[in-house]
Amino acid sequence: MAMSSQPARLKTDTFVINLGPQHPSSHGVFRIRATFDGEIIVDVEPIFGYLHRGVEKLAEGRTYTQDISLTDRMDYTSAMTNNLAYVLAVEKLMGVSVPERAEYLRVILAELNRIVSHLMAVGFWLNDMGAGGFTPLMYCLREREKILDLFEMVSGQRLTVNYMRVGGLLRDVPDEFLPPLKRFVAEMPGFIDEYEQLLSENEILLARSKGVGILSAETAINGSVVGPMLRASGVNWDLRKADPYSIYDRFDFEIPVGTVGDNYDRYTVRIAEMRQSVRILEQAIAQLPTGAVRTKLPNILRPPVGEAYGHIEGPRGELGFYLVSDGSIAPYRFRVRAPTFINLTVLPDILIGWKIADAVVTFGSVDICMGEVDR
Amino acid sequence: MTVALSPQELANRIGEQLPEAVVEAQETALFVKSDSLLDVARFLKSTPNLDFNLLVSISAIDYLEYFELVYHLTSITHNHSIVLKTRCDDRDKPTVPSVSGLWRGANFQEREIYDLMGISFSGHPNLKRIVLWEGFEGHPLRKDYL
Repeated sequence: MAMSSQPARLKTDTFVINLGPQHPSSHGVFRIRATFDGEIIVDVEPIFGYLHRGVEKLAEGRTYTQDISLTDRMDYTSAMTNNLAYVLAVEKLMGVSVPERAEYLRVILAELNRIVSHLMAVGFWLNDMGAGGFTPLMYCLREREKILDLFEMVSGQRLTVNYMRVGGLLRDVPDEFLPPLKRFVAEMPGFIDEYEQLLSENEILLARSKGVGILSAETAINGSVVGPMLRASGVNWDLRKADPYSIYDRFDFEIPVGTVGDNYDRYTVRIAEMRQSVRILEQAIAQLPTGAVRTKLPNILRPPVGEAYGHIEGPRGELGFYLVSDGSIAPYRFRVRAPTFINLTVLPDILIGWKIADAVVTFGSVDICMGEVDR
Repeated sequence: MTVALSPQELANRIGEQLPEAVVEAQETALFVKSDSLLDVARFLKSTPNLDFNLLVSISAIDYLEYFELVYHLTSITHNHSIVLKTRCDDRDKPTVPSVSGLWRGANFQEREIYDLMGISFSGHPNLKRIVLWEGFEGHPLRKDYL
């Protein structure tokens, strides 16, 4: 029998690997069902819900003030900004104004929280990547501790702060709050410099992140991607500038944007945003007025019948609360527009076509928090 | 500052292209027929000086007599926004057209609404439960689910 003159082609089947639900890189219970052709990812399906607690349903059975503690437990690394988004929505619903001092303190706490969240995002991302091992994360956690100490000082809690209230804050900050805050703000730029000096030109970091996991601006906008991920793709969209809430229009700061939207841009945008947060903190501390921190309101809130959508630029993007009131003491509908949940829409776009080793790094750069994705 | 476009003005403009699509221009929202939702959405997205390129959020509310869907749309290019609303009266088999073909960002949100509120989205590429497991009975966010 004559042999075919064609060289034999090696036929391979695609195969499926589950990354997760228990995987060190997911920082929570999250599963990526990935299909591989050899080492290349050809299909990705994110599967989640393992941490679903039914926050939206729970909130319908609690009063407006009690619901603040539920927001703490969504994105548990940024409880202050979650509180802020929610109380802004209720204030919009009720038409309540907030004392000046409370506005400034809210901005200070929200920006501190942004730094905490970005430190965690960057630290864990480098940890996943293996750029310098465990050390970069420990550097980040060192600075994070200083902020968590401040949170503990004002609220008694490090993570689930439950500190903001409709009409202001739970109570004024203690006298011993400002000196360490000022010290932190003075030290932080030096820390970021040191960090960048150690890592931003690190060979492993560059090799693993430059040009990897590229997300185009069109795909990002079409997929409703928000926050540092959207800005890394070169879109200048930050609600603090685009639709200033609270008193953000009084501060001078810039919106860092990336150029190509790869993993490296997502890293540099977060680093640059921390610098801008420090700038806002400096101005807010300098302008901080004295006075009351809470508008007098009844203990049990009964917003008028209606609906309101309150949103902020959280550390991970636009966090919105859509509240519907039927005039009773509990919200009729409590809808959360969770940034990381929607950011996951574009996960296949940034993973498909890359190797399995890139999946962990790219997924880490999305910076999700399962408490918020699943709610 | 994001400018909230006047629903009345927008309703007039849509009326020129799509008569009978708009039911009512409310004070803060544009209320459209669920049959014409996709056409209105396409008009809002593709008209150059409207250019609603960012679908911020989709919310579903159960009012017992009907379901209401609320779409928050924003244009990053022009920095303006509009709230689009539609209703679905059929409680047994509520169905509205999916907008995930226009904005992919709707994909997970529509799945979440399908999962928790039990509203089907026709034309959705992968309509299945997202936070609860397959085989779960009922839709917890409905007001009659206890």
